[in-house]
Amino acid sequence: MKVGAPKEIIGGEARVALTPDSAVQLQKLGHSCLIETGAGLAAGFSDQAYRDAGVEVVKDAKALWAGADVIAKVRPPEASETALLGPGKTLISFFYPAQRGAELEAARATGANVIAMDMVPRISRAQKMDALSSMANIAGYRAVIEAGANFGRFFTGQVTAAGKVPPARVLVIGAGVAGLAAIGAATSLGAVTLAFDVRPEVAEQINSMGAEFVFLDFEEQQQDGAATGGYAAPSSPEFREAQLKKFRELAPGIDIVIATALIPGRDAPVLWTRDMVEAMKPGSVIVDLAAERGGNCELTKADKKIVTRNGVTIIGYTDFPSLMAAQSSALYSTNVRHMLADLTPAKDGVLVHNMEDDVIRGATVAFAGEITFPPPPPKIQAIAAQKPKEKPKELTLEERRAAEVAAFRAQTRSQVTLLALGTALLLLVGAVAPASFMAHFIVFALACFVGFQVIWNVSHALHTPLMAVTNAISGIVVLGALLQIGSDNSLVTILAALSVLIASINIVGGFMVTRRMLAMFQRS
Amino acid sequence: MPAFGLDIGIVSAAYIAAAVLFILSLGGLSNQESAKRAVWYGIAGMALAVGATVFGPGMGNLPLVAGMFAVAAVIGWVVATRVQMTEMPQLVAALHSFVGLAAVFIGFNAHFELEAVKALDPAARETLTGFAGVLAHKSEVEIAILKVEEFLGIFIGAVTFTGSVVAYGKLAGWIDGKARQLPGGHLLNAVAALTSAVLMVMFVAEVGVEGRELMAMAVMTGCALFIGYHLVMGIGGADMPVVVSMLNSYSGWAAAAIGFTLGNDLLIVTGALVGSSGAILSYIMCKAMNRSFVSVILGGFGNVTGPAAEIEGEQIAIDADGVAAALNEADSVIIVPGYGMAVAQAQQSVSELTRKLRAAGKQMRFAIHPVAGRLPGHMNVLLAEAKVPYDIVLEMDEINEDFPETDVVIVIGANDIVNPAAQEDPNSPIAGMPVLEVWKAKQVFVSKRGQGTGYSGIENPLFFKDNTRMFYGDAKVAVDSLLPKID
Repeated sequence: MKVGAPKEIIGGEARVALTPDSAVQLQKLGHSCLIETGAGLAAGFSDQAYRDAGVEVVKDAKALWAGADVIAKVRPPEASETALLGPGKTLISFFYPAQRGAELEAARATGANVIAMDMVPRISRAQKMDALSSMANIAGYRAVIEAGANFGRFFTGQVTAAGKVPPARVLVIGAGVAGLAAIGAATSLGAVTLAFDVRPEVAEQINSMGAEFVFLDFEEQQQDGAATGGYAAPSSPEFREAQLKKFRELAPGIDIVIATALIPGRDAPVLWTRDMVEAMKPGSVIVDLAAERGGNCELTKADKKIVTRNGVTIIGYTDFPSLMAAQSSALYSTNVRHMLADLTPAKDGVLVHNMEDDVIRGATVAFAGEITFPPPPPKIQAIAAQKPKEKPKELTLEERRAAEVAAFRAQTRSQVTLLALGTALLLLVGAVAPASFMAHFIVFALACFVGFQVIWNVSHALHTPLMAVTNAISGIVVLGALLQIGSDNSLVTILAALSVLIASINIVGGFMVTRRMLAMFQRS
Repeated sequence: MPAFGLDIGIVSAAYIAAAVLFILSLGGLSNQESAKRAVWYGIAGMALAVGATVFGPGMGNLPLVAGMFAVAAVIGWVVATRVQMTEMPQLVAALHSFVGLAAVFIGFNAHFELEAVKALDPAARETLTGFAGVLAHKSEVEIAILKVEEFLGIFIGAVTFTGSVVAYGKLAGWIDGKARQLPGGHLLNAVAALTSAVLMVMFVAEVGVEGRELMAMAVMTGCALFIGYHLVMGIGGADMPVVVSMLNSYSGWAAAAIGFTLGNDLLIVTGALVGSSGAILSYIMCKAMNRSFVSVILGGFGNVTGPAAEIEGEQIAIDADGVAAALNEADSVIIVPGYGMAVAQAQQSVSELTRKLRAAGKQMRFAIHPVAGRLPGHMNVLLAEAKVPYDIVLEMDEINEDFPETDVVIVIGANDIVNPAAQEDPNSPIAGMPVLEVWKAKQVFVSKRGQGTGYSGIENPLFFKDNTRMFYGDAKVAVDSLLPKID
């Protein structure tokens, strides 16, 4: 199959869906690759770099759409592009089918198959093609960089000869992929980072990235992200109030806000209101990654950077990944390449559009003239359902004491039972057996007892030497053979001599190998 | 028969001293430093016991004894100095078989002596000395008990002998390590054991065996030899730690039974010490696999109660550069070795890697599962041989809680002991087995030959986790390839 990537036609879009690196990998799958001339230029890939990677460079978009069987691009197709589709062609791009019903219908009418990279299910097998996550990661990182460029101070606290600089305080709202990436970037620049999310189960992830989770004192059963495929869902008005109250409290002390809160298929919730912006210090920066969907901040203007009257900069850019086109093209093209790898199971350049496959089925929004959106729920849950955490019950002092007494009693009872049984057994044997036997039997019982007491204290690390030394001392059977070797019966003598031989091998070999092993154990 | 200088009182005193020394010798193994002294206690105890016996009453044929000692000393010395530490399981199994065989011989000898004594007239009996003299003075009941003791000594000895020989064969790779049984399975063992029991009753009660006592004993020995062979054949490779410690225990009980036969308290004490030592080791091993002793001995894994949970995801491979980069970045590293490390003889390379990473200021530790390897404590000995300091080699209970704070875990040739299914999947055959929780670390690298399942045939969800990367290839080659890449 021929895989082609056109130049993105939307102004300002610098990304490209095919890089020279991904082209090399695609060729290993048996595909050949096309690229529209100049498509990679904005992302830093020249036509020559593509030619060197074995990619055919075609002169314009028309030739590309006509020549390629699989068209990979970044942005959803424009009407002029959809018109170039046709039966037998496959389009791979972001599509947002839920918001773009009319465009989806138009694409279906062409008879082409459409795979929406934004519809890839969130299951672990599909992570390598999860373009939303890879783009969100870049956006989160870039948001911090952007904030830093507009922030007049250091991120990290310093004590210099010219005075002490406090660290910047960063609040990240929403700890999805973008939020976590922002936390990572901010903490590694040295800022004191706080983070908030409606899903309490991400607290652990937030802490692991080095940020502090902002806890709400709120009674309501908090959300379980597992029910919504790992995304956040809308919260109750009471919860929202509690949340806003907390933010209002924090606002005066925060230098930088990175807002990333999105709920799938809805406008972004407004979480940073006008009064909070007004409460912030002059020079503070808000980066609103939800700007495209209305913004988390009340004052955000999409695609614009504004400065409020009290000197707070609010950045509402919607094209953060495009601002880092080389990085985002590399990741996106890899996501596309993994998608194609799953579509080419035999690595022979033949596309197998397997609609039984959860990942392919989920991402396909139009197939052979039919709309296949929304997909059926995946067979596998994205994230294991949260098990209700059982809190270990706090025992009162009396209860604990009672438990201890009970345990002590149970132990006493089992020990007394064992002792009584043992005594009874001994008495029983004693009643039958003659005195000479009993003398030996008592020695035996005592030796077992001593053995059990001693062996429990042996260090696990020394179990092999223990076995070797017990091997050696079980060579003590040599005593039996020694006592018999003087017999007048020659058969007895021969057998005894053999026993002496092998038992002595045990003794010598066992002790020597134990000594050798123990000498190896060295402290550092 | 000539009697030498020492009288029976001195011999008894020597035996008591020897018994105390043996106990001290085992007790000293509680830590690595005192263990180095403890082995000398054992040697001294053995020298006392053997010396007192040789120069005590009732000894004869001293030149023969001296000859046998000399030959045995040479063989023992050669074996002990030549053996590779990876071959320790085989050596231990071989030494068990010797004890078993010696017990069989001595048991038969006791029988011959008893028959000889019985044939003599009362006057002649009075003149007997040594072991024969002891026999001559026994009452009817005592003779009956003696016969039971003989029988038991031979039976346990014979089971230990063939069991250890088969265990040796499996450990050395001469016999296929898989569990194998004759048609009829454990029924055959039961029949053989029952036959032995019936024979013992007949033998002791002297019913139906007149004049054919030797025959009865030979048949019983045959049965016991069969049981030992068949029992161990039916147990698979990874259960070998339990088998070897079980045989260790049996060899002790055999020695104790011989002690009863001969009326020798030192033998009884030593046998009981060894027997209980082996029993405790078996118990620890079983507990570490969350299996009952019976289920291990009966072979195979326990019944599966439902379908195992399906594993989602794929195994992602990584090359040496990737692993080395992660190691260079990590601050704390834990290595989990398994039998695969011993098979690939990778311990020296692992030690070298450890030395380099420690020199780079990283926290390096080893996590040892109780059943890693084919012998209790096997991994500790291998690492000690490769000069890994023992204070960074930790037991499961000591280190399991540290995995979440660990940057990199390298699993080398281990599978079931790091399988999260033991905790997560109640239907898994190993559900409930304590495992090393390596998956809680930030990154896990698994060095493994290929994609197959481990000994138990259980899929390991660890290999499919997001933070796991598979580092395929022979463990030694793989670790060696890392060495030049560590700065």
